[in-house]
Amino acid sequence: MMMQEEAAVAFSPLTQCYGGSSFAAHMLWLIPALPIIAAGAIALLKQPRRKTSATLAIGSLSFSLLLSLVAFGQVLMDWAYGDYGSRETVNLTWFQVGAIHVDLGWVLDPLSAIMLVMVSFVGLLIFIYSTGYMAHDENYTRFFCFLSLFAGAMLGVVISNSLLLLFMCWELVGLTSYLLIGFWYQKPSAAAAAKKAFLTTRVGDIFFLLGMVWLFAQTGTLLFYNNGGGSMEHVALSALLAQPAALGLTAAGAIGLLIFAGAAGKSGQLPLHVWLPDAMEGPTPVSALIHAATMVAAGVYLIARVYPLMQAGALAGGTTTALTVVTWVGASTAVFAALIAVAQNDIKRILAYSTVSQLGYMMAGLGMGGVAVGMFHLITHAFFKALLFMGAGSVIHGCHEEQDIRRMGGLKADMPLTFITYSIGMLALCGFPIFFSGFWSKDGILEAAQHWSVAKAPFYMLVFGALLTAFYMTRQVAYVFFDHWRGHKPAHESPAVMTVPLAILAFFAITLGALGTPVWPWFRAFLDGRAAGFDLHGFAEPGLLALMTTSTLVVFLGLGVGWRLYGNKSTRPEAKDALENAVPWVWAVLRDRFYVDELYGVTVIAFYAWWGRVADWLDRHVWGGAVTGVAWSFGLWARLSRFLDTNVVDGSFDKGCEELSAGGGLLSRVQSGRVQAYLRILALAVVALAAVLIWSARP
Amino acid sequence: MNEFSTGIPLLSLLTGLPLIGAAIALWSGKHARAVALITTMSSLMLALLVWTRLPVSGGMGLVEQLAWAPSLGIEYHLGVDGLGALMLVLSAIVTLMSVDAAHRVHHQPNLYFALVLVLESGLFGSFTALNFFHWFLFWELSLIPAFFLIKLWGGPRRGPAATQFFVYTMAGSVALLVAFLAIFVSTGSMDFGHLTLLASTGELEQMVTAHLGPVSLWLAIGVLAGFAVKVPMFPFHTWLPAAYAEAPSPVTMLLTGAMSKMGVYGLLRIAIPLFGPQIAQIRTPLLVLAVATIVMGAWAAVAQKDLKRVFAYSSVNHLGYCLLGIFALAVPSAGAAAQASQAAALNGVILQMFNHGITAAALFWFVAMIQMRSGGGRGIDDFGGLRKPAPVFAGLMGIALFSSLGLPGLNGFVGEFLIFRGVFPLAWVAATVSILGLLVTAAVILTVIQKVFSGPVPERWAAFPDLHHGERLALAPVIGLMLLLGLVPQVIVDSVNPTVLNLLAHWRF
Repeated sequence: MMMQEEAAVAFSPLTQCYGGSSFAAHMLWLIPALPIIAAGAIALLKQPRRKTSATLAIGSLSFSLLLSLVAFGQVLMDWAYGDYGSRETVNLTWFQVGAIHVDLGWVLDPLSAIMLVMVSFVGLLIFIYSTGYMAHDENYTRFFCFLSLFAGAMLGVVISNSLLLLFMCWELVGLTSYLLIGFWYQKPSAAAAAKKAFLTTRVGDIFFLLGMVWLFAQTGTLLFYNNGGGSMEHVALSALLAQPAALGLTAAGAIGLLIFAGAAGKSGQLPLHVWLPDAMEGPTPVSALIHAATMVAAGVYLIARVYPLMQAGALAGGTTTALTVVTWVGASTAVFAALIAVAQNDIKRILAYSTVSQLGYMMAGLGMGGVAVGMFHLITHAFFKALLFMGAGSVIHGCHEEQDIRRMGGLKADMPLTFITYSIGMLALCGFPIFFSGFWSKDGILEAAQHWSVAKAPFYMLVFGALLTAFYMTRQVAYVFFDHWRGHKPAHESPAVMTVPLAILAFFAITLGALGTPVWPWFRAFLDGRAAGFDLHGFAEPGLLALMTTSTLVVFLGLGVGWRLYGNKSTRPEAKDALENAVPWVWAVLRDRFYVDELYGVTVIAFYAWWGRVADWLDRHVWGGAVTGVAWSFGLWARLSRFLDTNVVDGSFDKGCEELSAGGGLLSRVQSGRVQAYLRILALAVVALAAVLIWSARP
Repeated sequence: MNEFSTGIPLLSLLTGLPLIGAAIALWSGKHARAVALITTMSSLMLALLVWTRLPVSGGMGLVEQLAWAPSLGIEYHLGVDGLGALMLVLSAIVTLMSVDAAHRVHHQPNLYFALVLVLESGLFGSFTALNFFHWFLFWELSLIPAFFLIKLWGGPRRGPAATQFFVYTMAGSVALLVAFLAIFVSTGSMDFGHLTLLASTGELEQMVTAHLGPVSLWLAIGVLAGFAVKVPMFPFHTWLPAAYAEAPSPVTMLLTGAMSKMGVYGLLRIAIPLFGPQIAQIRTPLLVLAVATIVMGAWAAVAQKDLKRVFAYSSVNHLGYCLLGIFALAVPSAGAAAQASQAAALNGVILQMFNHGITAAALFWFVAMIQMRSGGGRGIDDFGGLRKPAPVFAGLMGIALFSSLGLPGLNGFVGEFLIFRGVFPLAWVAATVSILGLLVTAAVILTVIQKVFSGPVPERWAAFPDLHHGERLALAPVIGLMLLLGLVPQVIVDSVNPTVLNLLAHWRF
């Protein structure tokens, strides 16, 4: 009877604290669970079952997409019926220690709904594309296992209503990123890149973890929203604001910055950007999915998710220290990475630096314009950058694994479908006016920068970044698709399983812009929880047309200069770059990525290895020396004790001694030498204990 | 006596069983391993039975109390709470793993397995004893078989390693013994429960001062020293890498999986309850040492070239988090928030003890398998690309490695998270510096994966055998446990938490 009760206490199931109302919100957990279950199932498969693994992965993600659409539809309905602040949460207590509840939960609101649809949709296209791209790989099954696990973990990040659950999924996402970057593990460069990616992001993550435990300690909860009791809600935020921390920050500001460090690691922001270009060692679908569209955007999403914290304490029209830091880091990253992209020759590396740069735009957008501005660029970027990476994959596939743009050329004739879709992605990325989504989302950021109250510099930086973007993309496209073929074997177009996803993404790279124009700012209204009206006067906002004209001119300037330098120039692969001829030292600095990796090599990495050797040396010589000393003095003590044993201790204890020695002797028969001495010490210790006990127990 | 005690002296049975098994094993020649397997499996069953019969209150259950030598304050007094029972289960699991891993003992297997079982008995005894004399007997009893196991079946430099291990631990024990004699002289009691009660009212310190003068702090340091060597705490850890590296890998599993927990357990059962105020008084230097254990342990692992030494230092690092949690919570608690943090830290510490035991034992098991397949090689640079010939091996060891790294979803994370949650509000500087350890450990573990499993396969490992069916079957429960505890930590937390609250209620700082 008693036993049963106790056993029941030992294992309590998850208990639901507070539930959302709609079916969609209740079922939300299935969206990440399905791909994770599929990954588990694939892991248990035998190696050669290629078709089964792809079917499982694609099938489960299709269901996730379906559920995501249902969830999105639910939020959209609420919104359409005027329930603007629609937010449903389902929270569970994971376990309880003392008075602390460790809660997990998920949330369905406009932010998570939009992100869910994007991740599962882009993910599904990339899964399908992978069946073609990876068709000849011997570890096809494992690839889909990891890919599925990634999709599940990423969707988990998206739905989390708890910073802890988000962090757990966040780390899982990092793990799958690690596994997929190092997918071709026989290549030492891939293994090294995987390690670098994991560790660099972990640098950010340890700050994130600190921020998390701090937030937990201060507010008593890690749930974002919990009927007024969540950490992103008014009560908790005012408490955080009232709590001062170091350097003139409030606890809210300090925790916000710590969490931002985690976001900066994941999203490749300065100074933790170094892993992302190396991550291109992974298969191209991985680059498209993880290192362009979804995982690297998770940092941006995280900041959007904790935006109430980042913004806490800001006056109307003002900003906070945390958001100012986000802005400056974002703007610097945007320019810095764009500069490097100018001087790269690997088709994927150019795109990788471009991704870093665009993530900088998103961060800056969040910092200056708010959630909707940053998130809109995140969504449009996910589509056109996935498109570009998959296009690049198609190019690489068609060019027989060649990645150097100098050894390509003239592909517009050989790979027309890839060329058309790639051009659409490129124009969207450059922000080509009116017809491409990138124009609208980038303009949103520039507009916010123009009105930023703190400084004007980010605006100019971002405009300069736009110029560079147009320039390096023109250079790349000119090298790859124009002029004549400079490679070895002639190129061929990719199969339909790869080109159809390209076409679908291209469609969205154009049309998505319609959701966020000044005439019908639906995206912003949806996320901010307002009604969206169609209003032709949207353009009439002061300064808006001037801004659009400026950014249009900048894009044309970039395209023009790029084409002037690289268009149809008929260069040999070995020839120096046009820019290199003009300003060799600038080229060298940019080509070598501002020597950041080298700087880390001689500082952080060198310190790490050196300190390791110091720790080892101290152990062997200094602390180890102390041990030798102890051992030596112990030997001395033993000899002294033996003397005491035979001469001082009362004879009545000898019998006990002998018994113990005999016990020791039984064991030590197998052994000779000094061991007996130590056994004797033990026996002696017991005797000494007994002696003192007797002595002290006397009445 | 306790209401939960039953007719059957479960704890005595548990402690005696391995001794009986040892006697049988000694006489069963080549079948010694089978005897040991049966014994350890039965012990695990018993330990799990103990686990299910814990009192809900978090206090001591299954108490057995008999007069032994009352005039000397010596009693046969056994009992377990959530902490003790968890350690019993851990010891039983790790010993079973160790016996399972040791199927290549050719030299006197009967003696080997008999010693392993005696060691298990020592572990059980010391995790159930509630009287100092009794406890100390088992504390030392576990040391002797460990010494012989290293000395007789160890690697080429086993002699010095075994001696250093024995002498160093003995030195710690002597400090402990002296401190306890002083306590006995002052109070006339060696009963943990009684002494804890005295300490919680402050009487213990008064009695010690009355009898011996103001030496409480020194006694605390003596007790701490004994445990600091065992855990080990920086800079008393130098015996560990040599002992772990030279011991045969199944014995290393026991050393790191179970025996290192005796030190942490001693801190929680003896040092903190009896010397709370003194430890609080020297909390800052202790925190510095705990942080040094974490950071220097992790960093020393960076420079190692021997897989066993890498994991040995990694063990030092992981146990450092336990020390951090314990010392950080040693503050006079002011208010509910601080108490909540203490509870979180202590829950984290106990979880970490269990998780580290399982994970570290598993890692050394994998090393044993690598050694068996490669003819003794275990240099970190000796391998490469093993993932190709042995994908299942790489996958399962990868899970164990990521568990050690603290990946969420596996067992290591929850304990570390709770420790940091508890420590940060109580000692934020220590928490902030220690968190570096998480980064360095990750670097170490990923380097192991990179060097052993990635890259091109050298010619000589092209036929490196993957795990065979039996090995997979043996490892599956361990890997399963890592996943289970990572996802459903309440399996442990729900039983440990009442004990944590009970302990904290009786501690005074």
